[in-house]
Amino acid sequence: MTTTTGEAAGGSVYEYIVRTKDLAKFYVMGGQEVRALDNVALDIRRGEYVSIMGPSGSGKSTLFNMIGGLDKPTKGTVFIDEVDMAQLSATELAWLRCRKIGYIFQTFNLIPVMTALENVTLPMVFAGLSTDEALEKGANLLKVVGLGDRRDHKPTELSGGQQQRVAIARALANDPAIILADEPTGNLDLRTGKEIIALLKQMNEEKNVTIISATHDLKMIDVSDRVVWIRDGKIERIEERADIKVQVGEMEGEEQ
Amino acid sequence: MAGVVERIPDKAGIQKQIMLPWSKALQMTRENIFVRFGRSVITASGIFLGTAFMSAVFFGGAAAAVKAKLDLEQGITPQEAEMQARIIWLVTMSLVVATVGIVNSMLMSVTERYKEIGTMKCLGALDRFIVRLFILEALLLGVLGSVAGAVVGTGAMTIMWMGRIGAKNTFAAWAAPAMKLGGSPVPLWLCVLVGVVIGGVLSMLAALYPAWRAAKMPPAAALRSEF
Ligand SMILES: Nc1ncnc2c1ncn2[C@@H]1O[C@H](COP(=O)(O)OP(=O)(O)OP(=O)(O)O)[C@@H](O)[C@H]1O
Ligand SMILES: [Mg+2]
Repeated sequence: MTTTTGEAAGGSVYEYIVRTKDLAKFYVMGGQEVRALDNVALDIRRGEYVSIMGPSGSGKSTLFNMIGGLDKPTKGTVFIDEVDMAQLSATELAWLRCRKIGYIFQTFNLIPVMTALENVTLPMVFAGLSTDEALEKGANLLKVVGLGDRRDHKPTELSGGQQQRVAIARALANDPAIILADEPTGNLDLRTGKEIIALLKQMNEEKNVTIISATHDLKMIDVSDRVVWIRDGKIERIEERADIKVQVGEMEGEEQ
Repeated sequence: MAGVVERIPDKAGIQKQIMLPWSKALQMTRENIFVRFGRSVITASGIFLGTAFMSAVFFGGAAAAVKAKLDLEQGITPQEAEMQARIIWLVTMSLVVATVGIVNSMLMSVTERYKEIGTMKCLGALDRFIVRLFILEALLLGVLGSVAGAVVGTGAMTIMWMGRIGAKNTFAAWAAPAMKLGGSPVPLWLCVLVGVVIGGVLSMLAALYPAWRAAKMPPAAALRSEF
């Protein structure tokens, strides 16, 4: 990864795929202001695996929503590939959500009436792919996540781990540059959680997708390039992979 | 290609890159109706009951008109004026019942799918795709529900009236005036047809507002709702 900004065949390639500047989100609840995010400046490099960790209520999901363009910040800016999200029209925002970002949720959020394959191909339908192309690509993605034989199953016929795999395949549907995950292992047991983390890491390495994951899950630390610790809506510290090992014990101690 | 920067195209470019063809929307709607069959039946039943009631009232009016004519031929004085007033009142009532039923079912069917709507927006759906899906669903359910309602409503009345005025006179009711609109009589078949169309259009309109409001919600808010 170079540190310069240069022109490449497909357009400009920037080092930072996501940048936030003075990002803040305040909620007013019963006359009281809740500062869910306050003055967050975070730069995320292309191809990075970043975990966002912090106690419950620290603002992880709020940050997920801001970076994903799912809600508007109270103050500050989010840049995706140096494009200010606040400047985008509704249609441009939809384009961004469709093609640039893949979303993964704690509760999987598959469309319950659709089969695994239909779920995976839905973003491709929105992106204007022909039915044949979408079916072929969707079937391939399901194979990649290890569910080649479950394509006609409905979400209710799949285990939690399998549903999350479908969600990962769906997130990859339009070859996004970023996968945003909010506690992707939150509803899974230890082993299934590990498998999902390994799958995300594999996608990160094979497809060079930037992964940004809010999580409580300490297993995630092992695969992360950086861990962003937030508390009370502020970034407490950012750790590079190399510094992390020492801290894990500390955090585990803290949780008890 | 992941990692390679794809610039956001201009407006015309986006229109071509973000889409939901009507045929695909129709297919999704149809599957949705069948997969959530129980729910669809409940949604459609509001419309069904309204149109069943309305077409029964119309049928009663037309059959009464037939009977009045028969009575007149036999020298009995019919009570037409009173009948007419009652029919207008009943039709109004049934329209109110249908409207309340439809608005309620559509509101429910949109509200319980907020999370799904939020998810679809994350996958790149434009607000109007969401509205389109709900409108199509409401239209299909509305037409199916009101056709079924008309069939059952008029069917039940047919059975009832056949005992009183015979099969031939009962079927003649279809051409008889079911109500008077501005002094001119409207035949039963037209009243029932208009009732069915109204059922479809009404349910579409009833879905429009909640669907549009849900589609406009920021995805974060839609996703947060638990149902
Ligand atoms: N829609 C909202 N309205 C009001 N307050 C909100 C809303 N969403 C979040 N908050 C508040 O903002 C703060 C941060 O919430 P957020 O959901 O981002 O935390 P989190 O780090 O994701 O927590 P968890 O680990 O429990 O998911 C909390 O105090 C929460 O109560
Ligand atoms: Mg959260």
